[in-house]
Amino acid sequence: MKWVKMLLVSKVGLIGVIIIILFTFTAIFAPLIVPHDPTEVNLGKSSLPPIWLDGGESTYLLGTDNLGRDVFSRIIYGSQISMLVGVCSVLVAGLIGIPVGLISGYYGGLVDSLLMRIVDSQIAIPSILLALVILGFMNPTLLTIIFVIGVSSWIAYARVVRSEVLSLKEREYVKAAKTMGVRHSFIMTRHLLPNVFSSIIVISTINVATSIITESSLSFLGLGPQSISWGSILSEGRDYLATNWWVATFPGIAITVTVLGIILFGDWLRDVLDPRTEV
Amino acid sequence: MTYIIRRLFQVIPVLIIVSFLVFLFVYLSGDPVALMLPEDASQAEIENMRKVLGLDKPFIVQYGIFLLNAVNGDFGQSFIYKQEALGIVLERLPATFELMIASIIVSTIIAIPLGVWSAIRRNTFVDLFISSSSILGKAMPNFWLGMMLVLLFSVTLQLLPVSGKGTIYHLILPAITAGTAMAAQLTRMLRSHMIEVLSQDYIRTARSKGLGSFVIIFKHALRNSMLPVITIIALQISTLVGGALITETVFSWPGLGQLIIQAIHARDMAVVQACVLVIAVFVIVVNLLADLLYRVVDPRIKYN
Amino acid sequence: MSKLLQINNLKTVFYTEEGQVPSVDNVSLDIKKGETVAIVGESGSGKSVTALSILGLVPSPGRVVTGEILYEGKDLLKMTDKEIKKIRGNEISMIFQEPLSALNPVLTVGKQIQESIELHQKKKGKRAKEKVIQLLNRVGIPRPEKVYYSYPHTLSGGMRQRVMIAMALSCRPKLIIADEPTTALDVTTQAQILNLMKSLSEEEGTTILIITHDLGVVAEMADRVVVMYAGQVVEQSTVYDLFEKPEHPYTKGLLDCTPKIHGESEELLAIEGTVPTIQNRPTGCKFHPRCKFTHEKCKEKDPELFTIKEKQKVRCYLHEKVIEERLK
Repeated sequence: MKWVKMLLVSKVGLIGVIIIILFTFTAIFAPLIVPHDPTEVNLGKSSLPPIWLDGGESTYLLGTDNLGRDVFSRIIYGSQISMLVGVCSVLVAGLIGIPVGLISGYYGGLVDSLLMRIVDSQIAIPSILLALVILGFMNPTLLTIIFVIGVSSWIAYARVVRSEVLSLKEREYVKAAKTMGVRHSFIMTRHLLPNVFSSIIVISTINVATSIITESSLSFLGLGPQSISWGSILSEGRDYLATNWWVATFPGIAITVTVLGIILFGDWLRDVLDPRTEV
Repeated sequence: MTYIIRRLFQVIPVLIIVSFLVFLFVYLSGDPVALMLPEDASQAEIENMRKVLGLDKPFIVQYGIFLLNAVNGDFGQSFIYKQEALGIVLERLPATFELMIASIIVSTIIAIPLGVWSAIRRNTFVDLFISSSSILGKAMPNFWLGMMLVLLFSVTLQLLPVSGKGTIYHLILPAITAGTAMAAQLTRMLRSHMIEVLSQDYIRTARSKGLGSFVIIFKHALRNSMLPVITIIALQISTLVGGALITETVFSWPGLGQLIIQAIHARDMAVVQACVLVIAVFVIVVNLLADLLYRVVDPRIKYN
Repeated sequence: MSKLLQINNLKTVFYTEEGQVPSVDNVSLDIKKGETVAIVGESGSGKSVTALSILGLVPSPGRVVTGEILYEGKDLLKMTDKEIKKIRGNEISMIFQEPLSALNPVLTVGKQIQESIELHQKKKGKRAKEKVIQLLNRVGIPRPEKVYYSYPHTLSGGMRQRVMIAMALSCRPKLIIADEPTTALDVTTQAQILNLMKSLSEEEGTTILIITHDLGVVAEMADRVVVMYAGQVVEQSTVYDLFEKPEHPYTKGLLDCTPKIHGESEELLAIEGTVPTIQNRPTGCKFHPRCKFTHEKCKEKDPELFTIKEKQKVRCYLHEKVIEERLK
């Protein structure tokens, strides 16, 4: 209840949550929403403009592409990939980054220097480039894409968790647990992890947004999952920009609005949870 | 001076790890021989090629050879271009470099006035407008922004060229496309930092001297905000390179982005390796330079 | 002596979420040419805000709402932005409490002083630099040519405050407002800085308004004293009268708090209670909850500032009777 109240006070957070709910809803109920089969080719209806322009047809809300496929239906289906990749790749990133940060911060010394050099070297390679290169030798399927985006974005977790652990481990209760001979793994998971939780939540939110953009970029470059995604619709629309501008325009708006909602929600979370470190 | 040397030594392990990663990708990508020989090549020819390329040796030895060659600038031949891979990469580097410099300039030109303006007019309509625009700038995928700019300025208004490289007009849209995300980030950061700086005692001192607001903001306040600006540019350089690579494909800009995507699709691994290493070295060098620039901007920073 | 600065019924209000908060409440005082006046009070008394109001430097959300501040007969509050900028740093300059934070960390000391000179005296380049080095010399900074190129953080606290003084003196102002100039310094440096200010003001004939909570500084520097409490002037007198015959119970309390070397009592007294926060000021006399002599009237109505002698005014009902009796 407290959270709901806090949300209602912040307009920005509320807008974010509404967008996220709409997005989730769309992804889950896509088959029920779409007016047309998104893959159905209908050359008789090709290159129809959006409904409000001359020549638009009532069931094709956002027009059709050069093969007569309904842009609106394709965008609705595209949300599934964005949602899936966005959320799952963040889980992968967290599963790598959080343990690295915990171990690095807790043990320090040589382990820490080694892990941090790995982090440094991954920073030196732009994450989209890393993803591209890995995808170069792995078949771009949904699973590999999730894995690749996760692998190229775990650094934020590792850095923030590490820096928080560094200060947490100086606290009395952690020191006391150490002197009492509590197992290291227990200290890390029961004492340290819960205390970095709010930072993890904030990073995860932002990471979902970045992952959605990364996925759409990969799809745009032709290295996405071989199903309908916002990036691939956009990429197909690119060649028809001069004639069928709507094909490339609307999926971009869908990405922007979704990412915007997640960023707004993330900003609000940061204010509410107030973790000390900014990513 | 000792700091610079120490910093350079820290770079070495990073470079070794990067090179290892790059090697690993290629190792995992499978046998390149099949791609390099005609389809009807005999088993003996394949074996021979493997030997020539050193692919019959153990993993760690192969890495050693790769590293040794890389240090000497030898990444092998590109089988598409039939040339030294590094040579091709270095040939394309200036174009990417030009695009990046232009986008950094564009983003600072946008971010500094906007960040300052929304800081001095904080909690007004202007501030709200600038702040929301900067969140929007962060949310837009750059390749889409690029296409929309083409749609507006090239297709509809016919003011600027659609793609390619040549005149300064060719540079405008790509630079905006690649620079917008960083401009958004910079604006947000500059705003919050300027708000903090403007409440400092030395700003009051400057006012008590009778200085005008222009001098106070641009000489006294902004100089104190330059440190975070440089930090953000340095931290974002990696993202900026990534953005530039995608931007290049949107505008057919003849730089590294086009080259590497072609190479990945064709599995031209020598070029991929050279490309990734060159970019990594570039990012590391920029971060190093930023580190040194801190001292110039903020005299309080001592390296010890 | 003619009046250089005259503040009449100054009221400076802070607009906070809890409503309007008067930080300075109907303050009047005047400063004659060449004298040194001290405003004394605890933190929260409104003394610093009074000082900042003079040059229009009150930070937002604060604002001067009523009153006038006459400088050589002209009201500073009615001046345009351009006119007041010509006064700031030129005719009236300020010295602030914490020189480390009051100096810009990323500009050299020399540049920061030179800025005023270039702005107000139309001296540029080499001539301005010469003037800065002269000034640095004047305020007792050794090797001024070197210090010119130093950044504030490389100097000691005393040196920084000397730089602030050089900056304040740079355009030979008629009035220097020093807001707690020695609070951030150690005791020996304090004495040096006070001596410097004193000798410089004597040489130049500069008028000084010094804001302090330290009665030691008052005794050392001031000709006349204004005591402030909770945004109001509670007593005004010459420095001699203040220490010999303090009349307001608050002033008496303040003096009792200062340790005396030859005091009869070893005990260090303190005024009971604390300064009311700006939001919770009591009705009537602002000091009555802490006063030993409180009676009914004090709780109801704020006393006015009674003139009990030519140069002494007191805001206390105890003196109302004295005056009434004298009138009879």
